[in-house]
Amino acid sequence: MIGSRESSPEPRRRRFRIGCLPIVLVVVAAIVLAIVYVLYPRTMPQTQPIPAAQLLEQIERLRPVSDFDGIPDLQERSIALFREAGRVLESPRCMNCHPRTDRPTQTDAMRPHTPWVSRGPDGAGEAAMRCSTCHREENYAASGVPGNPKWKLAPIEMAWQGKTLGEICRQILDPARSHMNREELFRHMVEDELVAWAWTPGGQRTPAPGTQAEFGAIIKAWLDTGGECPR
Amino acid sequence: MSYAIFVNGQIHHVEDDGQTPLLWVLRDTLKLTGTKYGCGVAQCGACTVHVDGQPMRSCTLPLEIVASSQITTIEAVEGAEAEAVRAAWLARDVPQCGFCQSGQIMCAVALLRTVGSPTDGDVDTAMSGNICRCATYNRIRAAIHDAAGTLRGQTT
Repeated sequence: MIGSRESSPEPRRRRFRIGCLPIVLVVVAAIVLAIVYVLYPRTMPQTQPIPAAQLLEQIERLRPVSDFDGIPDLQERSIALFREAGRVLESPRCMNCHPRTDRPTQTDAMRPHTPWVSRGPDGAGEAAMRCSTCHREENYAASGVPGNPKWKLAPIEMAWQGKTLGEICRQILDPARSHMNREELFRHMVEDELVAWAWTPGGQRTPAPGTQAEFGAIIKAWLDTGGECPR
Repeated sequence: MSYAIFVNGQIHHVEDDGQTPLLWVLRDTLKLTGTKYGCGVAQCGACTVHVDGQPMRSCTLPLEIVASSQITTIEAVEGAEAEAVRAAWLARDVPQCGFCQSGQIMCAVALLRTVGSPTDGDVDTAMSGNICRCATYNRIRAAIHDAAGTLRGQTT
């Protein structure tokens, strides 16, 4: 038939079309997922106790007093004993609170204490910014802030930071600076609860080497051998 | 465990773990949300409250040790020093975002109760533990001096 056209032999190309409804559904689903994600209750990270076995491996040991019996010269033995005790005295746990300025240091890296604090008239902070503003009577795991009933700085005349072990030795034996005679010094080392904190510092802080009892035994042996100081 | 704590002149009975920071008890249980959570590790001062009159960081204060203490939060701090600080804060338009301000004010009030005429050094020392991300430190210091002046005027 003239003028009539046959239908196109090519099949009509079908185009994939997305209607509004799936888009709306996807958007709604995304919003619902976001709300669920935001509102889903999360448990706070909890502190985990360190297994005792692992803890023992991590503890740095002190040499027993008997290890030094082989040193025949009494003065040399005394100095060697004090050098061993010095591993405790020079640990960050002790040094951080024996600063040479009015500011304590903190952490194993012995960085300046944050926030900024100053020793104040009694070594326990300035008015309205006392140590007790943050530090309690015991370590507090929730905040990581260490604590002890006696928390404060050593007197400035007992500054250890920047001093050699020999200078520290002569300092602690000088009652004018340590405010202790030898008997009181020994008691301080073995019985004082703030000194004891050095072995139970909590958190990620490295404890002082050994135990307070081992340390006390070394201090006693050092004093018994004359309390000699390294140069 | 149940604890009776004395907050803002009222006894509250709280059922919680004794190691819970006071900050969470104040905010979540007692709904005293003026005390802010900033860092949780005693580094910023936003959570400062008064415990028996002393400024303390409530994020590092376990519930079990404050059961026999008088706790005052920003919602109830009062007295001449608090009034002077409030007036000075308004006059100086101290806050910017305001998040740290309750801690700043609690520390400022505690300072003025201890030191009547603080020097710049006194202010810096007392307020050093209170961080302000908007850096309104100069206005804070000026407002504390203003408040101290107001208090001196009241006493002379």
